[in-house]
Amino acid sequence: MVDQTAPVVTGTRPEPAAQKPSGPLVAADGTPLKRRLDQAMRVSRWRAFGLVAPLLAFILAVLIIPIIIFMGRGAYNPVYAERMPASTEAILAWDGNSPVTEEMAAAMVADLVVAREDKTIGKVATRVNQELSGTRSMFTSTARKAQKIEPPFLEGLIDANKKWASIETWQAIRVAATSVTPAYYLAALDFKYSGDGSVSRQHEDRRIHVTLFLRTLEIAAIVTLGALVLGYPVAWLLANLQARHANLLLILVLLPFWTSILVRTTAWIAMLQGQGVVNDLMVFSGANDVVLQIALIFNEYKDLTVTSLCANDVNGVMSGGEKALQSLSGQAEDGRTSCAASMVSAFQAGGAQAGVAEAERLAEQSKSWGFGDERFSLIYNKLGTLIAMIHILMPFMILPLYSVMKTIPPTYLRAAKSLGASNWTAFWRVYFPNTISGIGAGGLLVFILAIGYYITPALVGGQDGQMISNFIDFHMRRSLNWSLAAALGGVLLIFVMFLYWIYDRVVGIDKMKLG
Amino acid sequence: MKLKTLLLGAAAAAVAAGSAIAEESITVVSWGGAYTKSQVEAYHKPWMANTGNKIISEDYNGGLAEVKAQVEAGNVTWDIVDVELSDAIRGCDEGLFEEIDHDSLPAGADGTPAKEDFIGLALHDCAVANIVWSTIFAYDSSVMPEGPTTIGDFFDLAKFPGKRGLRKSPKANLEMALSADGVPADKIYEVLSTPEGVDRAFAMLDKIKSEVVWWEAGAQPPQLLADGEVVLTTAYNGRIFNAIAGEDKPFVIVWDAQVFDVDLWAIPKGAPNKDLALDFLKFSTATEQLAAQAAWISYGPARLSSNALVASYHSKPDLDMKPHMPTAPANFKTAIANGFEFWADNQDELNERFNTWLAAN
Repeated sequence: MVDQTAPVVTGTRPEPAAQKPSGPLVAADGTPLKRRLDQAMRVSRWRAFGLVAPLLAFILAVLIIPIIIFMGRGAYNPVYAERMPASTEAILAWDGNSPVTEEMAAAMVADLVVAREDKTIGKVATRVNQELSGTRSMFTSTARKAQKIEPPFLEGLIDANKKWASIETWQAIRVAATSVTPAYYLAALDFKYSGDGSVSRQHEDRRIHVTLFLRTLEIAAIVTLGALVLGYPVAWLLANLQARHANLLLILVLLPFWTSILVRTTAWIAMLQGQGVVNDLMVFSGANDVVLQIALIFNEYKDLTVTSLCANDVNGVMSGGEKALQSLSGQAEDGRTSCAASMVSAFQAGGAQAGVAEAERLAEQSKSWGFGDERFSLIYNKLGTLIAMIHILMPFMILPLYSVMKTIPPTYLRAAKSLGASNWTAFWRVYFPNTISGIGAGGLLVFILAIGYYITPALVGGQDGQMISNFIDFHMRRSLNWSLAAALGGVLLIFVMFLYWIYDRVVGIDKMKLG
Repeated sequence: MKLKTLLLGAAAAAVAAGSAIAEESITVVSWGGAYTKSQVEAYHKPWMANTGNKIISEDYNGGLAEVKAQVEAGNVTWDIVDVELSDAIRGCDEGLFEEIDHDSLPAGADGTPAKEDFIGLALHDCAVANIVWSTIFAYDSSVMPEGPTTIGDFFDLAKFPGKRGLRKSPKANLEMALSADGVPADKIYEVLSTPEGVDRAFAMLDKIKSEVVWWEAGAQPPQLLADGEVVLTTAYNGRIFNAIAGEDKPFVIVWDAQVFDVDLWAIPKGAPNKDLALDFLKFSTATEQLAAQAAWISYGPARLSSNALVASYHSKPDLDMKPHMPTAPANFKTAIANGFEFWADNQDELNERFNTWLAAN
């Protein structure tokens, strides 16, 4: 603003000499107008800043600074160096490959004595144990004897615990003694940082994080897509129904939105479990047979992870014989499965042998057709995670879509059709492009929420539905390896920011619209 | 002026009330559910009646994360915590818990000094045990009239088909797997200390992996059994017992290869009411209180002198608790003592291996 006024004042067009003298305009008190304007603007700028300052300070204090501190924790762990200063110096001077020297051992013994007295040995041992399992008890037990170790110290250490003789032990200590270390971030990406500074891939048995990051991405992508496909028509209905019906529908969208995540996830367990509502309905209607036959085209029977009460009864009779048949007969008649009923009637007509024969016939038949009451594992696996997450995150897709669709005049579609477009063309060429900003907003919102999702996979994820956040939680609460948790969180954050950057480049963040 | 006086008065009152509460209440943290209930009945209520102090009971899910966060931030709000043995040892080594003088503990009701009265694992530098609990496996006898009897059956999908519940942790699972593979109870940790032993345990778990439903909270396995989600499940023995005794579920406990452990009281370093917490600790681990707790849940008392006083279930006078304890001779034949030192050393590596194994399909 200020700059733009300048050319006007000192315009290139020569002014008639009779008019005001050339030079900057001045205010009534003689100060140049430009400076006065600056002053006035500064006041209002400060006032505006004052209004947002509390929010800025809040975000800085509770979000930005903790994130920076925590990400730093993934690269800086001074636990060893602070508590074992003498041995840290000696070991860092060592090249990591040549034989262990007597000075290193002497410094180690001196540090162990102090650490034992200060009761800090546990922290040190835990730190080294993160690098090499089994060194924890080596540290604590040696520290107990450290007072009595006499020169030569290296032999004394080895007498106390034979693991001190191994060079791997000292290499692990060297990694732990380095306070600023890439070890955790490398571990978060399945690499191993060794004492001599080399980086190699983690042993095959322990490579897990990359798989989990990829799975997290996959789940987040499927959830986003699922929420879009299911949410788009709902948002369209909301935007185009009469106000009376639309409001009712909106409440149906918002009511679950206001309900606790925990409650909704638990409700899904009741719906999807083996003896749950969905499986009950499928068995009742016979739909489970259809699903089973279709699924059998792609899978083995045993891989479908089905549970079947019939199978339980048949197997019980095949292994338990007459006793099992008697206990089945004891059950209430309307509580029996169809298999139990046919086995019991064979048993009552022809004795135990007939009952077992019937069980064998049923088992044989089930090899191609199932037992007829198969129940599918819809929960405690990836499928359960996907279903519950799509449902829980759906409002975050519907609401931005709805607010964008609400602003699209219905005349656009009518105009398109009156110009000869088919329904599909009118939708695809006219309506859909107008909703892109809402899809972008909803998609980004759902994707970013999904990528850090934690409670739902923890409750219904079983073994293949776990996400990276469950492992961050594991290292925070269980293994207490906060540095690795920080590194995993840091990688996830960098990754999300990278995706955000890609999104900005491809779609453009200014196109995002929440309403 | 009037408003100012009023505000000052209110502030003063709040401070007074705050300090009044701080003077006579402690925060006791435990695992929730039927277990906390048994502690409330046997420890909290008599202690409150005796001393006139209040107890605020909080639940948690184990682990040292909360204690570590509180101690490191210098803002400790918990006064006493119920912890597992491996966490007690680790927390003590890391300076998270106060040390406890064992000589200050009361002698047993029969006069035995505390150091001799408590069972082997029970006394630790920073913690004192209250109960012996164990990981067992159980089945529903209405689904399987001819149920399994050995740990080998648990891993035998051909003999006992169907889903199995297992705790989502290598602890107890690896021990049970090796036991099922024929390793005797006293050799388990020796075998598990070798890479081949670990491979052997995982190979056993591989056999049933496709049929496993993983649980985390102690309340889940009885629920999974009751819902028919699983036909067999490992569980904490007290949870299954409470479902049998309290809810009349047709569950059966198999004691073969039970992995037993102790739970202990520990006082976080810098606890606000350390002396009261210590008083509560001494009170609750006395002979009578430990015996009284056994009327509410089937966990064995950590004192030998309590055993004689263990009576019947609180709501069923004819249900003798003694045969349901993990330490009952009939149940104890093949029991495996939790190798806390082994786990303190190797849990990081084995957790990692277990998690990788779990995530791989």
